[in-house]
Amino acid sequence: MMIDPIAVFVLLLGAATPILFAALGELVVERAGVLNLGVEGMMIGGALAGFAAAHATGSPALGFVAAAFAGVALSMIFAFLSLYLLSNQVATGLALTLFGLGLTAMFGKPYEGVKAPAMMAGPLGLNLMIWLGLAMVPVVWWALTRTRPGLILRAVGENHDAAHALGYPVRRVRLGAIAFGGAMAGMGGAYISIATVLQWTEGMTAGAGWIALAIVVFAQWNPWGVLAGAWLFGGVTVLQLRLQAAGVAVPVQLLSMAPYLATILVLVLISARQKFGRSAGGAAPGSLGRPFHALR
Amino acid sequence: MFRLEPRASAPLLWQVATPVLAVIATMIAGGILFAALGFDPVAAIRTIFWDPLFGPAASYSRPQLLVKAGPLILIACGLALGFRAGIWNIGAEGQYIIGAICGAAVALAAYPADAFWIFPAMILAGALGGWAWGMIPAVLRNWFGASEILVSLMLVYVAQKIAAWMAFGPMKNPEGFNFPGSRNLQQYEPASNPELIAGTGLHWGVIVAGIALLVTWFVMSRHVLGFHIRTAGAAPRAARFAGVRPERLVALCLGVSGALAGLAGLFEVAGPAGQITESFGSGYGFTAIIVAFLGRLHPLGILLAGLLMALTYIGGELAQLMLQLPAATVQVFQGMLLFFLLGFDVLTRYRIRRRHA
Amino acid sequence: MKRRTLLGSAAALVAAMAAPAFGQDEKLKIGFIYVGPVGDGGWTYQHDLARQAVEKEFGDKVETTFIESVPEGADAERALTQLALAGNKMIFATSFGFMDATLNVAKKFPDIKFEHATGYKRAENVATYDARFYEGRAVIGTIAGRMTKSNKIGYIGSFPIPEVVQGINSAYIHAKKVNPNVEMKVVWVYSWFDPAKEADAAAALIAEGVDVFMQHTDSTAPLAKAQEAGALGFGQASDMTSFAPSPRISSIVDNWSPYYIKRVGQVLDGTWKSEATWAGIGDGEVVIGDITEAVPAEVKAEAETLRDKIAKGEYHPFTGPLKKQDGSDWLAEGATATDEELSGMNFYVEGITAPMPQ
Repeated sequence: MMIDPIAVFVLLLGAATPILFAALGELVVERAGVLNLGVEGMMIGGALAGFAAAHATGSPALGFVAAAFAGVALSMIFAFLSLYLLSNQVATGLALTLFGLGLTAMFGKPYEGVKAPAMMAGPLGLNLMIWLGLAMVPVVWWALTRTRPGLILRAVGENHDAAHALGYPVRRVRLGAIAFGGAMAGMGGAYISIATVLQWTEGMTAGAGWIALAIVVFAQWNPWGVLAGAWLFGGVTVLQLRLQAAGVAVPVQLLSMAPYLATILVLVLISARQKFGRSAGGAAPGSLGRPFHALR
Repeated sequence: MFRLEPRASAPLLWQVATPVLAVIATMIAGGILFAALGFDPVAAIRTIFWDPLFGPAASYSRPQLLVKAGPLILIACGLALGFRAGIWNIGAEGQYIIGAICGAAVALAAYPADAFWIFPAMILAGALGGWAWGMIPAVLRNWFGASEILVSLMLVYVAQKIAAWMAFGPMKNPEGFNFPGSRNLQQYEPASNPELIAGTGLHWGVIVAGIALLVTWFVMSRHVLGFHIRTAGAAPRAARFAGVRPERLVALCLGVSGALAGLAGLFEVAGPAGQITESFGSGYGFTAIIVAFLGRLHPLGILLAGLLMALTYIGGELAQLMLQLPAATVQVFQGMLLFFLLGFDVLTRYRIRRRHA
Repeated sequence: MKRRTLLGSAAALVAAMAAPAFGQDEKLKIGFIYVGPVGDGGWTYQHDLARQAVEKEFGDKVETTFIESVPEGADAERALTQLALAGNKMIFATSFGFMDATLNVAKKFPDIKFEHATGYKRAENVATYDARFYEGRAVIGTIAGRMTKSNKIGYIGSFPIPEVVQGINSAYIHAKKVNPNVEMKVVWVYSWFDPAKEADAAAALIAEGVDVFMQHTDSTAPLAKAQEAGALGFGQASDMTSFAPSPRISSIVDNWSPYYIKRVGQVLDGTWKSEATWAGIGDGEVVIGDITEAVPAEVKAEAETLRDKIAKGEYHPFTGPLKKQDGSDWLAEGATATDEELSGMNFYVEGITAPMPQ
């Protein structure tokens, strides 16, 4: 029995794309010091809006644009509540997930049983969105580490009071980050409806948004780590199915637990390194999850 | 322009008024949504919020509120302790599942024995299971500084996979024709958690939830521990001076909330749910977070919020039945309710002042 | 330790329902609970089509309502009770996981007729019904065996439960009959409905060299994958014609309408009895969807002949000689499997190399 590693890798690229998009978006949000647990809600919003637009226009590209807008729109609810009304981020994110899942189920009825247009083909038999997702990794990495806005964003995430004292617009930076996260989550969701499944059904993201949250932690808030994480999480699913197809007995439940346990392990390792060691690299942003309120 | 000025203490008026405002706003926004979908908004709101309490079949649905609210309240009580202290256990869903599995394991191991100790032993196992699952993030935070938010969330998925594994493997009912799922504990009397007084919905889980409310109230307002918790949440540095040891607080809050979530799972699996299935976790652990916030982390508030949440579930089913409203209505409602509450909450914590140029 | 007080609660319930249930017009109210949303395009969707067929057939003699997306367990029991309290005199519980909840509620409402899909527990007022999907699998297995060029066919399984195992065995036996070189690959996704995962499962099969596959999961995602890769597949539960004529070359449709109409009619004329119904192609409960022009005429004819033989009862898909996967004897020459054997089936037949999940 032989399993062609290249074929598995190609499968993996497709399976990893939705979570790669969503996790890259959430990475930027978290680097700005905001924890948005509403990724699943924004993904499903993107999945519906993208599908509807692609179906109406016949163009998957326009579908992804619409999905990005839908993701941004949903993320703005979160941004308004958490940034301007200073609500608790955990609760607001959960509410966003519930709201997104419910709203799309209600408004998605007309699109049930409808088929999506053909996906945009790209080089090497991989569609354009896979390439775009891969390209976003260095782009995000470069923007975060090599540009001034990226530096400001990280400063805001590490210590919002200090950033504020230095005169950086903490809220506006975070607003931008949340919008970016929404757009990326929306496109990731749309990848599921437009490219993977080619139809709309309620609840179709089936927990992908939560996996994206895990990946960001696994990645130690680093874009390259997100790529590795998306491949790990996507890879476990693909490999597990692939092994089954090859006739190997697989303990499915135990195997699918593995990435989550790995994430906890990574989290412990980086936290321990930060606590006991000298290096603070790869640690969670200092202000993650804390609301920011400027007195002046 | 406006600016927000923090209040020294939250006025009671706003604390009570904001949840009420949030409910009203949700009804209005929900009504608009229903109208947009072509349903009669007044009938829809009445069916969801009024009929379960006072409608024609209310004598059935009122007790059901307790059945549905019981686990929510029990979990939310534990969460509230932690949230007050700034310790974020968002993995109650996982602790709920593990508690149920541990409790069910005792029952299935004892099957078909008939002994008085089985049910008490299950309660103990359920609480211990949830406690242990909650202690994992606590220990990892205390030893390594790992974020309890993320660890507890990851452990939810692990618990879900364990439940699936149990349902297909070790706990599969040997007389179940190879269908996944354990034996039904409702049909194994020494291990079952039935309705105690007919027609009330009252089972042991509901009673324990009531006790948990009272104990939480006592601890938070009358005990030095509650003082420590509140200080740690409001001013962590000051708390150290007041003699609070943060590590102990982390272990305590995560352990207690885990144990309560585990108990909720145990009572559910022995009672209303009956068996471990691959989809045993049905979101109580996450909904309880909403309940804790909606109840402003206060026992009385949690009681009302738990009942309100239960109302949206049961009312949502009635609305499907009577008006053919889609099932997703409930999720939209819960999402909006929380949005509005979190939004209006700003009034409790801050004073709104006009900004001087 | 007598902690149950069923009679007491039943009395309270009867008091509660007395007002709405009686004194209205003579319409028969029928309730349905679904495990998924009606828009799932598969299992629940087909049950809802049958509900609509009942309304059409009986017009204003009946009134139907449904509750969708009901989780199994405590919520199911409450949803069933609410249907009962709303005055429904007949209730269809359309998922295996509603079994114990249905029996509990039925005990409290002895006047209401309950119909539980795919379960094995009955009562005076609880009947069960199921479809012999494996009959349909025999037909599409035949088509798959003829259509494969790589001699590898695939099967996307949901959960390793008897119903699905029957389907895999039946499909394999009949593919093998027409194509002795055929190999069967099986992938379990552990979900009835998870489009992304189903798509990945299809892709994994295709990567293994499979060019024709069947599915026992509800979404069209595998067909979408098949289209991309030039493989062939079959509609499942619903017809999935949007993927015809290729990659969807035929389908196996759950058609509950004849059964629902028959049973509602029996309630209306007072002849309803609790019984176990396991109907197949012959009763129109399992329907082979249109076999498209992508299939050569002689294969189509062969499949249709098999279908008709099964329908007439001339042929049983599990007819000996058959051995189990481990080589031990199962059915002797000419013997057919009993319903009891089938309803607990947890083994593969000889020739399938995939391991049975434990």
